[in-house]
Amino acid sequence: MALKLASIFFTMILVDNYVLQKFLGICPFLGVSKKLDSAVGMSLAVTFVMVMATAATWPIYKFILSPEGSEGTPRDMAYLQTIVFILIIAILVQLLENILKKYIPALYKSLGVYLPLITTNCTILGVTILNLDNGYSFIESIVCSAGAGIGFLVAMVLFSGVRRRVEEANPPKCFEGLPITLVAAAMTSLSFMGFGGIVEAIFGG
Amino acid sequence: MSKNSKLSILTNGILNENPVLRLVLGTCPTLAVTSMASNGIGMGLAATFVLVCSNVVISALRKVIPNQVRIPCYITVIAGFVSVVQMLVKAFVQPLDEALGVYLPLIVVNCIILGRAEAFASKNGVLDSALDGIGMGIGFTCTLTIMGTIREVLGSGTWMSGLDGLLPFLPEGFKIQVIPTSIDPFTIMTSAPGGFFVFGVMMAAATWLTTRPKKEKAAPAEAEEGGNA
Repeated sequence: MALKLASIFFTMILVDNYVLQKFLGICPFLGVSKKLDSAVGMSLAVTFVMVMATAATWPIYKFILSPEGSEGTPRDMAYLQTIVFILIIAILVQLLENILKKYIPALYKSLGVYLPLITTNCTILGVTILNLDNGYSFIESIVCSAGAGIGFLVAMVLFSGVRRRVEEANPPKCFEGLPITLVAAAMTSLSFMGFGGIVEAIFGG
Repeated sequence: MSKNSKLSILTNGILNENPVLRLVLGTCPTLAVTSMASNGIGMGLAATFVLVCSNVVISALRKVIPNQVRIPCYITVIAGFVSVVQMLVKAFVQPLDEALGVYLPLIVVNCIILGRAEAFASKNGVLDSALDGIGMGIGFTCTLTIMGTIREVLGSGTWMSGLDGLLPFLPEGFKIQVIPTSIDPFTIMTSAPGGFFVFGVMMAAATWLTTRPKKEKAAPAEAEEGGNA
């Protein structure tokens, strides 16, 4: 059990990294990774919302929308999944925004427009849906979400380092700004491909 | 409003304000589904449908929705149409459903749709918003298709494989072999790093095309080739 949880956790960070391997959450990845401290703050906020969202959506899906044995009956409301999940996430983000505004105003300011945008961060809706698609239990889902959040953090922190070097470089005119950043992201993503298979080798998953 | 400006709303989304390459919206699906050109088309059409419908509804309701709660209202409208698309795709184009997977429900959080709702549909009439949706949708679909083409040709040596899932009259296993099978494909292009790389190069090409001095008329074709290399 513990082994399986550890395997899920590290797979989410290294092998199935949402940003660098699955292309989820690219907007904040490109937008906020310029400065290290806002990158860390953003990733922690995303991790928090991810875990909370999973903790809220998993029981709602399993017990209200699509309880066991209801498949094919009118009781099965799985088709409401997308609408219900996105509203839950929107509420959680609003909650986080109020908390940060009151207690950590410095972080609130540095996140700026990206804070409300966590709602439309595809990693969060993505992880809640993928948890259900993969048939994870409640504990596994929580661990998977935490792993996805930490994976996001790792990618953001690594990339903010790469990006500082890129900003100082002198690319051709049309590559300035985002294009050269994306090429740098390609290299970072390439380095993560090297982790393929490492988790199976360690945990025997 | 004159005919000319209606046309400009429609064409705006294709190059000058191309949602992906110029406004940098909707990057996640762009990178994720473009490992095959046919997936790009499918994703583009699904997103276009949601974009047009939500633009129309939001523009029709723009005087009714209170300003403070507009974002949750928009998201609910968009999520509703995404659910419609999900059901339609599941019922009629099963292979596309499998190919797009989780990225189909994720159209809800595609920033292009919310972005256009906020920036355009909430301020303009129903017809203009529909045109804007169509224009942006075409721009999105074209970009996805071009990017999918580059990645598929280089990465698997084929073009449009899987199109038989979209168009049922094509024979099963339809594909066009562009690069002969005797040459090893450049598989990295279909995986994550290739996506980032092709996207970066295409964005540079679009920047160059829209900002270059006007006199070089013959250059675009060259730029595309240079971009692919």
